[in-house]
Amino acid sequence: MNFDLTKEQKMIRDVVREFAQGEIAPRAREIDRTGQFPLDIIKKMADLDLMGLPFPEKYGGAGADYVSYCLAVEEISRACASTGLTYEAHISLGCMPIYLFGTEEQKEKYLVPLCRGECLGAFGLTEPNAGSDAGATQTTAVEDGDWWVINGSKCFITNASYARFVTITAVTDRALGKRGISNFIVPTDAPGFTIRATYEKMGLHGSNTTELFFDNVRVPKENLLGERNKGFKQFLQVLDGGRIAIAAMAVGIAQACLDAALAYARERVQFGQPIARFQAISFKLADMATNIELARTMYLKAAWLKDQGRPVTKEAAMVKVFASEMATRAALDAIQIHGGYGYMKEFPVERYLRDAKLLEIGEGTSEINRLVIARAIGCYL
Amino acid sequence: MKIVVLPKQTFDTEAKITLDAAGKINREGVNLIMNPYDEFAVEEALRLKEKHGGEVTVVSFGGPKVPDILRQALAMGADKAVHVGDEGLEEIDEHTTATILAKLLRDLEYDLILAGWRAIDDGSAQVAGRVAEILGLPMVNMVIKLDIAEGKAVASREIEGGYEVVEVPLPAVITAQKGLNEPRYPTMKGIMQAKKKPMQKLTIADLGLGGEEVAPKVRARRYYLPSPRSQGKIITGEPAEAAAELVRLLREEAKVV
Ligand SMILES: Cc1cc2nc3c(=O)[nH]c(=O)nc-3n(C[C@H](O)[C@H](O)[C@H](O)COP(=O)(O)OP(=O)(O)OC[C@H]3O[C@@H](n4cnc5c(N)ncnc54)[C@H](O)[C@@H]3O)c2cc1C
Ligand SMILES: Cc1cc2nc3c(=O)[nH]c(=O)nc-3n(C[C@H](O)[C@H](O)[C@H](O)COP(=O)(O)OP(=O)(O)OC[C@H]3O[C@@H](n4cnc5c(N)ncnc54)[C@H](O)[C@@H]3O)c2cc1C
Repeated sequence: MNFDLTKEQKMIRDVVREFAQGEIAPRAREIDRTGQFPLDIIKKMADLDLMGLPFPEKYGGAGADYVSYCLAVEEISRACASTGLTYEAHISLGCMPIYLFGTEEQKEKYLVPLCRGECLGAFGLTEPNAGSDAGATQTTAVEDGDWWVINGSKCFITNASYARFVTITAVTDRALGKRGISNFIVPTDAPGFTIRATYEKMGLHGSNTTELFFDNVRVPKENLLGERNKGFKQFLQVLDGGRIAIAAMAVGIAQACLDAALAYARERVQFGQPIARFQAISFKLADMATNIELARTMYLKAAWLKDQGRPVTKEAAMVKVFASEMATRAALDAIQIHGGYGYMKEFPVERYLRDAKLLEIGEGTSEINRLVIARAIGCYL
Repeated sequence: MKIVVLPKQTFDTEAKITLDAAGKINREGVNLIMNPYDEFAVEEALRLKEKHGGEVTVVSFGGPKVPDILRQALAMGADKAVHVGDEGLEEIDEHTTATILAKLLRDLEYDLILAGWRAIDDGSAQVAGRVAEILGLPMVNMVIKLDIAEGKAVASREIEGGYEVVEVPLPAVITAQKGLNEPRYPTMKGIMQAKKKPMQKLTIADLGLGGEEVAPKVRARRYYLPSPRSQGKIITGEPAEAAAELVRLLREEAKVV
């Protein structure tokens, strides 16, 4: 048993922390206020090879592991959760399906530009009538000679406005139900493909959230990603990895909550002493620190399991639920510790709450992840 | 062009300094970093390599954690590293360090030696100068701009009230001042590739050194922490009266006017 990070993992974490605190954190408030997408920051992240961090060098990646990637997600989210989600969705949802299921030609054509950061990765699973129940996908892909013809729509899809192509799920065999779903790579400039980014969100204002509309969109046969009718199994595997990274995001936001609340509690004097001296406050901070440490240890374990190629479905669901709910609580406590100032936009903690809440919803709600855990421990035999 | 950089591992700028039971500076649990002025030196070496071609070697003398800063330099783009361990040396001073580095440098090929102008921990600003002296090399201190052409270095350095531009033949020792450049972040690929680059570990004995040669010439007799800053005083009252009170306190209590 060894809990030490390797030298490379540690250096990656430290460099990303320095970069994120130096170049991203000072911008976070403005990004939240204006909702402007920080393309220049993404460019800098690409220059550091972050956009292909956990993928082999032959695909333009940096050749690091999933642990390193999750550490990077934590540090970026600690500075700016919007940028953290952009990054997480790019790697875990955008790159990963192509890396896991793509042919060599598809990896050359699609994974390489993603890893180089030339465009952002996006994955379109959710539909207006198929959220938690992703098996109820209504978008269809019908074979027509050498082509697939796609019709339908997707909602809440991260990064698509900045993508050159999006991986989507579509029904290829209605009779097979969820066993009749396949994945497709769809170029965003294909005729009939419309992307709309008009949502007004509670938080994560600097993350691009879109609706996708497919009106007789034709893609060539070779754009099928992975095996036909295996799409459901494939996206479940993609989501396993994504959930670990969402947990790392949650730890990053919670750490930012602790950083802000601890600093504030040490400075703020009421009743003649810093409020950090009051047990009601110090115990909140102690709980926050404890929960962060537990969630971090667990996402590292889950990421390590994934790096070892071991099953990780249960652990990923566990840490996703624990870390995301923990982050929301940490944000609420951080606001409480700030008193009236915590309710004001002048301090970052109200933003942390608005950003953290998504993590209990995206890539499987808390309820769905509890279902996964309950199934894994044998409740529904 | 062959460039050797001499980075030192120092305490983090935010480290809290404490003394141990023996009255020495406590190193336990302190975050260690590459001396910031040495980061400028590494960056300049990499930029010169990118411009003129060649090879950058980083060399450091010190304890078992020194490979961390050497790895950082390799991740930034340096080609190889040498770590001379401090095993068996109880006390050292600038003479010790310079003697060891100069001895090692005699076995290396170089056109240019770069270092930070001072380390942020002991702040003595001596090691690079001593190395230049031992090796009989010209040296330019506190450089904020450096150009290399035709076997010469043209360096701008800060002087009181302005700048001085000097020219020296290579090989030479140049020390970096803040403003020389903006050090890069190591890239992720750089970090992953660093582990494949050569890092040599040597002892002082490997260099044929020991005993009196490396014994310090200066010994620290005592370390002590500055006395804690006492609470500030707020003088209330009308401005004119408050000013008078301030002058009285400065004269009678602080005895500074
Ligand atoms: C900012 C943002 C970014 C997103 N990015 C992406 C993306 O990039 N790609 C993508 O495909 N999707 C994305 N999503 C969609 C996200 O994954 C879905 O919102 C999520 O899966 C929930 O689906 P839903 O919104 O349809 O809610 P519903 O599924 O309608 O759920 C509503 C409520 O019912 C509960 N519920 C549903 N079924 C059950 C059950 N069986 N048992 C108990 N409770 C249940 C849920 O837990 C939830 O509380 C994003 C969403 C947001 C808000
Ligand atoms: C939208 C809004 C409207 C408001 N309207 C009004 C108004 O109309 N009139 C008005 O006068 N005020 C108003 N307030 C101010 C409000 O009453 C204060 O914000 C509140 O009393 C807390 O004070 P504070 O913000 O200074 O926080 P602090 O007193 O600094 O508290 C910070 C944290 O320390 C804790 N704490 C403080 N002392 C102790 C202790 N002894 N033991 C344990 N914990 C402690 C607090 O519970 C809190 O968690 C308003 C505030 C807001 C945000």
